Amino acid sequence: MAYNHKEVVANKPSRFTSGHRMCAGCGAPSVARMILRALKPEDHAVIAGATGCMEVSTFIYPYTSWTDSFIHTAFECAGATLSGAEAAYKSLKKQGKLPENKTTKFIAFGGDGGTYDIGLQSLSGAMERGHDMVYVCYDNGAYMNTGIQRSSATPKFADTTTTPAGSVIPGKMQSRKDLAKIMVGHHLPYVAQSIALNNYKDLYEKAEKAIYTEGACFLNVLAPCPRGWGYNTEDLMQINKLAVETCYWPLYEVIDGVYHITYKPANKLPIEEFLKPQKRFKHMFKPGNEWMIEEFQKEVDSRWQELLDLEEMTNK
Amino acid sequence: MGIRERLSGNEAAAIAMKQINPDVVAAFPITPSTEIPQYFSTFVSNGQVDTEFVAVESEHSAMSACIGAESAGARAMTATSANGLSLMWEMIYIASSLRLPIVMSLVNRAVSGPLNIHNDHSDAMGVRDAGWIMLFSENNQEAYDNLLMAHRIAEHKDVMLPLMVCQDGFITSHSIENIELLEDEKVKAFVGTYHPEHYLLNDKEPIAVGPLDLQAYLFEHKFQQGLAMKNAKKVIADVSKEFEALTGRKYEFFEKYKMDDAEQVIVCMNSTAGTAKAAVDELRAQGIKAGLLKIRMFRPFPAEEVATALKNAKSIAVLDKADSLNGAGGALFEDTISGMYVSNIHVPTVNYIYGIGGRDTTVNDIKKVYWDLQEISNTGNIGNPYRYLGLRG
Repeated sequence: MAYNHKEVVANKPSRFTSGHRMCAGCGAPSVARMILRALKPEDHAVIAGATGCMEVSTFIYPYTSWTDSFIHTAFECAGATLSGAEAAYKSLKKQGKLPENKTTKFIAFGGDGGTYDIGLQSLSGAMERGHDMVYVCYDNGAYMNTGIQRSSATPKFADTTTTPAGSVIPGKMQSRKDLAKIMVGHHLPYVAQSIALNNYKDLYEKAEKAIYTEGACFLNVLAPCPRGWGYNTEDLMQINKLAVETCYWPLYEVIDGVYHITYKPANKLPIEEFLKPQKRFKHMFKPGNEWMIEEFQKEVDSRWQELLDLEEMTNK
Repeated sequence: MGIRERLSGNEAAAIAMKQINPDVVAAFPITPSTEIPQYFSTFVSNGQVDTEFVAVESEHSAMSACIGAESAGARAMTATSANGLSLMWEMIYIASSLRLPIVMSLVNRAVSGPLNIHNDHSDAMGVRDAGWIMLFSENNQEAYDNLLMAHRIAEHKDVMLPLMVCQDGFITSHSIENIELLEDEKVKAFVGTYHPEHYLLNDKEPIAVGPLDLQAYLFEHKFQQGLAMKNAKKVIADVSKEFEALTGRKYEFFEKYKMDDAEQVIVCMNSTAGTAKAAVDELRAQGIKAGLLKIRMFRPFPAEEVATALKNAKSIAVLDKADSLNGAGGALFEDTISGMYVSNIHVPTVNYIYGIGGRDTTVNDIKKVYWDLQEISNTGNIGNPYRYLGLRG
């Protein structure tokens, strides 16, 4: 059935309630809300959160924004924590200790710090063991919760508090890690990259596939951060759109190893369009720094081409 | 009447786990506890248990998975040693703060560095303030029995704390000794089934576990954890009595060996108590009034009871198999003397750091300690209270 945004929102009340303390203009809450909407209303969910913005803003004792069961333990182990809960479900279900007609789904949320960096081992272990769960990385490209420190998801040249754009070193000097590809290397049944775009069709449909594909699935969702990126809070959806239209953040899914690019911009915009509204890239636009934009563009182009090639190769 | 067997400490722990039949086991190999998940995997592969075995990629994930499983409403168990426990450290505190009755087999080994795979108690001492109940075991029988009692204690509504059963690496874990096992159905009846009050998998009552807990609440939550640890004393006593009625094997907070008229007393834990008993017997034959106090329940620490048991001694040596490297004695020594001080009991007491990194401790070594104690009793001179046993000069 074709996606109808109005129907989805009207018929599936949010399972992630308002009143949380996430910043205005933050990309993460709408991502969480929309992913949880992809759950069948009759299904129960156990959600794990890695320490980070989302966790500390949504579950401050004695309040919680999560209407499903939720567990947070530490920064680096949402994958392992949820794998334990999933193993418990399997065991108790097998022993007839849980209602037969009730399904529980398992979803983890971690930021890029808790996923690309400190939680990579725990994530890799959980994915390799094939627990029936979805791990969602809401990637805002730095350790935003502790005050905008660089992570391995931070794009090259970005100004962060541990890679400040200085007079000698102009921001982060290393490229971004490609986590989705690392996950594809785990031979998972479903890996996708998405974003909150337009009417959320892309995110909703990918979440639904990830949640209802048996086995370990991974979603990488770009979730801009107004404080870390330096954009006006009302521009969130515009930033998301530019990330996609410039091919900085390609939307694609990999089903059993076969790549499908789910959106190909008719007119790929130059990367400046994405970089310009963000204060973290401000220094790249100073006279004499044109090389930085060129280099950034080159990287975006080569990664996009690589993706096109992978799509062609795996669909032969 | 039980089943007579010959088992190593690791086999005994694995068989206890088989009989307990937990819902989830998550573990990672590390010497000398590796055999426990190894034997247990065979039970899983052969369908002898209902357990989901999660072969995690690290000990940090082992404890994280146990936390996830126990929060979900399952009985979760694990086994580890030394650096494995060190890697778990962050999660050890989280497990107890979430009030999850996870049960662990800790096969004690020296924590790096430098790397050493042999027995001492530095791993256990590193988590002594982490809010876990800690039971120590002299031999394979005690490791087995303590594990059978573990869930009854940990899951008691007045307690709800994780529990670790310690045994000495190699000395106990790899030595084959006689053991008396309980029949499967008796274990099943004794351990009982787990009925968690709140759990993640209860769709009728979704819960949130592990909040950001700020200034307004954390203090009270920590107080409640401490209270649960105090409550554990009575529960441990009650469960141990029930276990005695079932098996005839008596367990208390500590074992008093020839303590009634003892003048020179050693306080120690785990396998060294076996060596010390042999030394006590030899010295008693020579007319020396040697006694032994073997701590079983290290957390909660029975400070008042230990002090009372020691009050008639003329001199005491507390043996620590881990050096606290603080210039003021080992952990067991500090706990013992502070308990005595608070109870206004003042007996000359010295500390010996011994057996580090698996350094052998013989009956003769222990006898030397008793002779030192005689010297202290005779002269009234304590000398250096911070001593080493078996250290090369």
